[in-house]
Amino acid sequence: MWKIYLDTFKNCNMCFPPQVEQVKLLDRFSNKSVIGTLHLTATHLIFVESNSTSAQEIWILHHHIASVEKLSLTTSGCPLLIQCRNFRLVHFVIPRERDCHDIYSSLLRLLRPVSYDELYAFSYNPKQNDQQREEGWQLIDLAAEFERMGVPCDQWQLTDVNREYKVCETYPRDLYVPITASKPIIVGSSKFRSKGRFPVLTYFYQEKKAAVCRCSQPLSGFSARCLEDEHMLQAISKSNHNSRYIYVMDTRPKLNALANRAAGKGYENEDNYSNIRFQFVGIENIHVMRGSLQKLLEVVGTRSLSMTDYLVGLENSGWLRHIKAIMDAAIFLAKAVTVEGASVLVHCSDGWDRTAQVCALGSLLMDPYYRTIKGFMVLIEKDWISFGHKFADRCDQLDPDPKEVSPIFTQFLECVWQLTEQFPQAFEFSEWFLIQIHEHVHSCQFGNFLGNSQRQREVLQLKERTYSLWAHLLSEKQNYLNPVYSPSFAESHPVLEPSTQACHFKFWRNMYHQYDRSMHPRQSILKQVLTFKESNRELEGTVQALKTKLQKFGVSTSPLKPQTPPRDRSLPLRPQSLILGAPLLSRKEVQQEEDEEVFGEEAREDAPASTDGERTVEGSSATENGYGELTGSFGSKNEPAVVTLEFGVARMTC
Amino acid sequence: MEFAELIKTPRVDGVVLHRPFMPTVEGTLCLTGHHLILSSRQDTTEELWLLHANIDSTEKRFVGSLGTIIVKCKDLRVIQLDIPGMEECLNIASSIEALSTLDSVSLMYPFFYRPLFEVIEDGWQSFVPEESFKDLESMTDEWRLSEVNKDFSLCPSYPSLLTVPKDIDDESLCKAASFRHGGRFPVLSYYHKKNAMVMMRAAQPLTGTNGRRCKEDEKLINATLCAGKRGYIIDTRTIAVAQQAKARGGGFEQEANYPQWRRIHKAIERSNVLQDSLIKLVEACNDQSHSMDRWLSKLEASNWQSNVKEILTTACLAAQCIDREGASVLVHGTEGTDSTLQVTSLAQIILDPACRTIRGFEALIEREWLQAGHPFQQRCAQSAYSNGKPRSEAPVFLLFLDCVWQILRQFPCSFQFNENLLIMLFEHAYASQFGTFLGNCVAERGKLQLSQKTVSLWSWVNRPQELERFLNPLYEPNNLVIWPSVAPQSLLLWEGVFLRWNRSTKCLDEAYQEMVHIIEYNKELQNKVNSLRRQLAQLETEDKMVADLK
Repeated sequence: MWKIYLDTFKNCNMCFPPQVEQVKLLDRFSNKSVIGTLHLTATHLIFVESNSTSAQEIWILHHHIASVEKLSLTTSGCPLLIQCRNFRLVHFVIPRERDCHDIYSSLLRLLRPVSYDELYAFSYNPKQNDQQREEGWQLIDLAAEFERMGVPCDQWQLTDVNREYKVCETYPRDLYVPITASKPIIVGSSKFRSKGRFPVLTYFYQEKKAAVCRCSQPLSGFSARCLEDEHMLQAISKSNHNSRYIYVMDTRPKLNALANRAAGKGYENEDNYSNIRFQFVGIENIHVMRGSLQKLLEVVGTRSLSMTDYLVGLENSGWLRHIKAIMDAAIFLAKAVTVEGASVLVHCSDGWDRTAQVCALGSLLMDPYYRTIKGFMVLIEKDWISFGHKFADRCDQLDPDPKEVSPIFTQFLECVWQLTEQFPQAFEFSEWFLIQIHEHVHSCQFGNFLGNSQRQREVLQLKERTYSLWAHLLSEKQNYLNPVYSPSFAESHPVLEPSTQACHFKFWRNMYHQYDRSMHPRQSILKQVLTFKESNRELEGTVQALKTKLQKFGVSTSPLKPQTPPRDRSLPLRPQSLILGAPLLSRKEVQQEEDEEVFGEEAREDAPASTDGERTVEGSSATENGYGELTGSFGSKNEPAVVTLEFGVARMTC
Repeated sequence: MEFAELIKTPRVDGVVLHRPFMPTVEGTLCLTGHHLILSSRQDTTEELWLLHANIDSTEKRFVGSLGTIIVKCKDLRVIQLDIPGMEECLNIASSIEALSTLDSVSLMYPFFYRPLFEVIEDGWQSFVPEESFKDLESMTDEWRLSEVNKDFSLCPSYPSLLTVPKDIDDESLCKAASFRHGGRFPVLSYYHKKNAMVMMRAAQPLTGTNGRRCKEDEKLINATLCAGKRGYIIDTRTIAVAQQAKARGGGFEQEANYPQWRRIHKAIERSNVLQDSLIKLVEACNDQSHSMDRWLSKLEASNWQSNVKEILTTACLAAQCIDREGASVLVHGTEGTDSTLQVTSLAQIILDPACRTIRGFEALIEREWLQAGHPFQQRCAQSAYSNGKPRSEAPVFLLFLDCVWQILRQFPCSFQFNENLLIMLFEHAYASQFGTFLGNCVAERGKLQLSQKTVSLWSWVNRPQELERFLNPLYEPNNLVIWPSVAPQSLLLWEGVFLRWNRSTKCLDEAYQEMVHIIEYNKELQNKVNSLRRQLAQLETEDKMVADLK
């Protein structure tokens, strides 16, 4: 497959020879290494293992590379350390320094595209025609989504005030506001809000007619007020007859909000707004979050990490504390809306980071639709993409400003994962769906997440020039299904009430160590149960076919029982969470998708000659785990080189 | 002694029971010799039957005349009883206190318990050393069963029958025993069929400060090495601790005297440290504060996960020596009854697929824990809520179960049993109606006549009706050695035990049930397809025959 890329490579003027041989790939956590050839293409850096029997390939998209580091020369060669945004870390040792330098400088140039046109999405072609592409983009329709919520209605209407992006250029064209909010009020309010992001509807809880609205901070400074903005909040309040007040959630820590007052910004003064209940939530800003993730990754990337250092490092990074803060805020929002029936206005500073997290997660807690595959796409499209979460800046797509990069969206995905752990039957998708979305937020392979706002996306003509991720994900939906998902769970638990006890928040190993195979369970419950489910579907078909044949012989058969009734004995205690291990990928698929990123390097221990690869223990070895130093008088034997090709974590489709 | 003397108030009406995540129950509280019972006399609500032996500690509080007793159990559950009337409350509290701290083993419930089920297979006879020796004999003739400890005089904590190298006579064994702590001379723990390597266990050698040696001991362990091969001695203590032990007459094998062996020191904590670790862990888990930093720092400070990691790492190392290095291994710590057994039993789970079946796991516990003389009664006398000064309590067995759970998590399809079996064993080790975990060694159990006077846990577990609860639906036998990851990121808190009472498990239980359901449905469909195929084949043959006849 890489040969195809080499063709495209010819078209770009690169000084670097597209191939370097005898490159050593070091394992991140053990002393193991493999030798192979490094290829550089216009879009990928590819490592192909030389050993012909196993021949693993690693494909690294240039957009995924966060940093390239050339370490000081060693006896075996020149080390090159590549850190990726999808938490992959590869350590190459290149025999000749000259080659290393060439790769290094080529990568530096490649991973910092200067214009949008250079992004992979504009050259990526999944061999679809224009019609298919268009259909892909039409999958998600936000107008239909607001209709599903019951909007427009007698209290909420669509406003055309931002049709030309004149009032707020980071908002979408279509916005929903209270019927009573006239254009002058909207425009006035927008002038009093940072970046013009005035209060608009993002979710409508039909049952109680309560609204979730979002905006940015008011430009209140120490004493400024704005009658239109006060009217705007009143209009939101009046549109809900269930509650006399609305909550205003400022998702920042109070100190940050106070500091903003000095810059002429700040927060709502309760004296000026009638019937608001003002609340700080205390989620930290993008810089704190960036630092926190960095610390976390440093800790978990340590070799031979002790339990103490791990737990202390986890605590010091503050990562789980931040995750819990976001979750707490979302729970507060969901309770205010579903229990009190009150409308809530959420903001932070600019209203595109913390606000997006809290609104999206809060809606997901309230509405089972967002826990389905399609619904989750809609949610991301609505609260993140359309409302202008700055994906380009936060994910460092272009023109890097390191101060703008922050794992805000990753945190949202992690919060959802924490929920899937507490409510294994509530979500139609498994964690591999979340990880896959994370992969593509950074891959720049699809158009969805490019740019910082809807307006910018229109200028870039993304819908005409790129493909939609959602169509791609839906086409391989079966890989992302949660086998124990129960639609009836949504009926009995329309609103999720997660526990917020600290001990229920866990480190998301499958995300942050997705490429570190030695860390994972060697057998996956998720994969196994998905296999059973798939097999059940096939068997049901076989039963039908056999019955038809039997009928030809004049035998009548009883209709197939759809499912056995649950046994009525008391429930046994459950073994731990079901969400584990690698995603389902049949061997067939692996072979079809040659561009699979494969990290299956481990030997199956003494595997008997069995073809039943999926059911056996996926590679685990004593040496890899480093139980202790067994050097000295005994030479360590090499691991038998048998490779299972089934660990495709992040899949690239070219 | 009559239990009646200890029961000051046998029953109180209007008692309210509070349990986390369950509705409160009001009813009558009854105290019997072995149970605390709360019955609401309504068919719909569940009664509480609590073994006094399960009570770890109690606290009482008064608000006016309403008394409250907080009962903290060895299975880590905490319940609250509101008792009207101060006198009743005080009486109940002191009765519980007295009944839950009975000293005499023969007053324990297992001696009074009569099973309501028919004992089909007597668990006391299920795992006898002769049987496991027969298995060994089928693989090798290098070993013999010695009766040298027939009257338990050579080593009080060993069973009467021991597997030793064929070429070592009983006289040498006696000498070797005198050189090992508590007489625990090296005996066979595990024979690795694949490469004929063995794992032995013992107690520390009594080298003392002047470096005593014992030719018979050296000969005994050298007898397990093949010609030209060397072995590993895994000392579960750090070198510093092992050095200190010399001052008290203990020590470790000197290289000079054991040239064919390489010694590796690991750092598994001693039992008193482990007890402290458990207490701190459970306190952290029960902390109602919702602060993330506080939780993580308390979890860290408990050191529990570190202990799990260290034990598992040592077991993996032992398994690695045997399977990867092709070397024999001798494991010991100080007494050879705690960390030694954790390591030898876990190594077998890694190496031997038989130990991952229910039957095999029971046999492992019988062999490596009960017969091997782990002092269950001392170690499990108190659990995480003990407030007195610990005597010899320690969660050694619980840590072993935790490690098994970690491996089970990483290889969820390789075990015939599920987490329920491990939790059940934890509960019964601390309080049980069965006699299996009473006493500290085989000799003590014989004196107590447990096999005549009590029912074995295995008699109950191995009934088909009970077994079903412990079966892992994902199990597919696999003959591989399973190497777990011991990275801290791969080791998790055992929520099924430590957060069991602090959360509602309804959602998780239902999801598990759904998984079981999917798998059962699969089997059903397979059967259906098979029977339809047979039916079809038959019809087709008949059809063909008819056609042929025509």
